Amino acid sequence: MSAANDKSTAPRLHIENVYKRYGGRTVLDNIDLSVTKGELCIVVGPSGCGKSTLLRIVVGQEQASAGDVMIDGEPVALPDASRGIVYQKYSLYPHLTALENVLLGKMLEYPFYRRRSAVEAHRDEAMELLKRARIAEHADKYPNELSGGMQQRVAIAQTLIKRPRIVLMDEPFGALDAGVREDMQVLLLELWEAYGMTVFFVTHDLEEAVYLGTRVLVLSQYYTDDRGPAAGPARGAKIVADHALPRRAMPTVAKSAPEFTELVMQIRHEGFDPAYLRHVRDFNLEHPDAFQTLTPEEDGRATRPDSSAPSPTGSASLAPFPSGSDSSTPSPPGRNASSPSPPGRDPSPPSPPGRGLG
Amino acid sequence: MRLPGFFGVHASPSPRMRWVLALAPFVLLVAVYLTASHFRLEDNPDDKILPSVGQMVDAVDRLAFTRDERSGEFVMLHDTLSSLQRLAIGIGLSAVVGLLLGMNMALFPGMGITLIAMVTFISIIPPLAILPIIFISFGVDELAKVMLIFLGTFPLITRDIYGSVKAMPQEQLTKALTLGARELQLVYRVVLPQVMPRLIETVRLSLGGGWLFLIAAEAIASIDGLGYRIFLVRRYLAMDVIIPYVLWITFLGFFMDWSLRQILQRRYRWYRS
Ligand SMILES: Nc1ncnc2c1ncn2[C@@H]1O[C@H](COP(=O)(O)OP(=O)(O)O)[C@@H](O)[C@H]1O
Repeated sequence: MSAANDKSTAPRLHIENVYKRYGGRTVLDNIDLSVTKGELCIVVGPSGCGKSTLLRIVVGQEQASAGDVMIDGEPVALPDASRGIVYQKYSLYPHLTALENVLLGKMLEYPFYRRRSAVEAHRDEAMELLKRARIAEHADKYPNELSGGMQQRVAIAQTLIKRPRIVLMDEPFGALDAGVREDMQVLLLELWEAYGMTVFFVTHDLEEAVYLGTRVLVLSQYYTDDRGPAAGPARGAKIVADHALPRRAMPTVAKSAPEFTELVMQIRHEGFDPAYLRHVRDFNLEHPDAFQTLTPEEDGRATRPDSSAPSPTGSASLAPFPSGSDSSTPSPPGRNASSPSPPGRDPSPPSPPGRGLG
Repeated sequence: MRLPGFFGVHASPSPRMRWVLALAPFVLLVAVYLTASHFRLEDNPDDKILPSVGQMVDAVDRLAFTRDERSGEFVMLHDTLSSLQRLAIGIGLSAVVGLLLGMNMALFPGMGITLIAMVTFISIIPPLAILPIIFISFGVDELAKVMLIFLGTFPLITRDIYGSVKAMPQEQLTKALTLGARELQLVYRVVLPQVMPRLIETVRLSLGGGWLFLIAAEAIASIDGLGYRIFLVRRYLAMDVIIPYVLWITFLGFFMDWSLRQILQRRYRWYRS
């Protein structure tokens, strides 16, 4: 069957030509993104650039003004069990204990009069997840009796019980103290490896991004294109850089390593500096899955293929992070295709160890 | 530093002092009444306006602990059961309708937009003003009394539930859908258990209105009930009956409020209003 074939080769998450406008103001501007199964993909960007909006569109809480979101090659719109989510808060239901919160995803598969058998059938599984999240001893407490970090442990377990194809996380550790936050980062990496999760993680914390990610996307409104300065509010944020990071095993030391701080600085420069504007043709889209479909207005040269020679990238003076086998040169011009690329592209998974989720 | 026991914003009365202070107004009220009653009765032993404690005890004994000669019933018990039944049906109906309407209106925008203006409109109509309409439409029997209580209390319960479900974070609803909930499950398995304590709160607050409408309906058209009795004996200035009845109604109201609060504390440990 062709659908099944599509599914096996399609990327886990595929977003193409996605726009989001609020009134006359464009927040997300022609976003193209493809995420392979097993990736721990982090989105960073200046506050208010639209990171959470992008995530809400992927989960289906909001609808894109235009464009498609696909999971394993199938278009998705409203929220369903294919995508799990962990919010900064409100992930847990206040009227359920930690264990009941984790069980909820399974309980909903049963009619309410069979609650007892549902609990019996899935209690062990839920407790196992709570153990993995190192919160099993508080299984019978209500969320308001747990600290912020404990609540997030439960929230991750709650999401994992449905084995979603992709786990979306919206600044999940943003409200936690530094120490707790670090524990949670380590926990996430552990679970990601153990369950072979595909994660799409939004944060404003660059250290967190570089520490956790196998891939770091920089979403920013600071760039230029051929629409000129008059575009104003009609221009929204784009993915201005896309870094592939080698997956190091539990790198607590790496936070002080020079490559680490250098990449953090580079990302800060690429995405957070209003004075540093790259042209859409010159974005640093080095990740092998990166692609870009520009409109003729954005890229005036796209209509004349001959003249699409890469222009020198003026202020790329910072040394890019050595990112494994992939070259650290700016994206080759061939990747800036002006025609939409099909969803069934060749996936090159970073192949995390462990069992797969889906 | 020792904080003052009574005066000033820093006052911090001891536990015993708190009891004394809280009871003082009651003691004062009773003392004033007894004194006034004493002097009036000294003046005129047949005075009915401020009966003595003994006269009230006699009246209670007659109504509560002696079978009525004609009907063979304990009058006060009969009145109490009739009134409580009307109140329970009226408020119960309000709670069920208010819960279902409020929740569904808040979750399904189509329903909310269709009904919220109407419910708001009904909630502003003074129920006592349409009492004649209710009696004309529903007769003068039980149905009319229950309808008055229902119409008087359900709009506020509906609006309160609507408001509190609307105020639930959108994240909770999205989250439930990502856990595989279907729309009806969202309503009845995720939202409903969360608004139950809120429903108990608004029912507690609605009971005051419920009593008002109950007594009004009984005063105007009834053959039994606590309100009926009070308005019946008013003609004979029988304060020795009215005062015990009012105290009894107050006690019943207090007891209901207390019971609901107990349920809230025992069954909904997670709930902090
Ligand atoms: N419902 C909405 N209506 C209008 N503007 C919105 C709405 N939601 C978000 N925005 C705007 O979209 C922008 C992006 O918001 P958000 O995605 O929360 O940013 P980030 O997560 O990157 O901080 C913000 O400037 C915000 O003002």
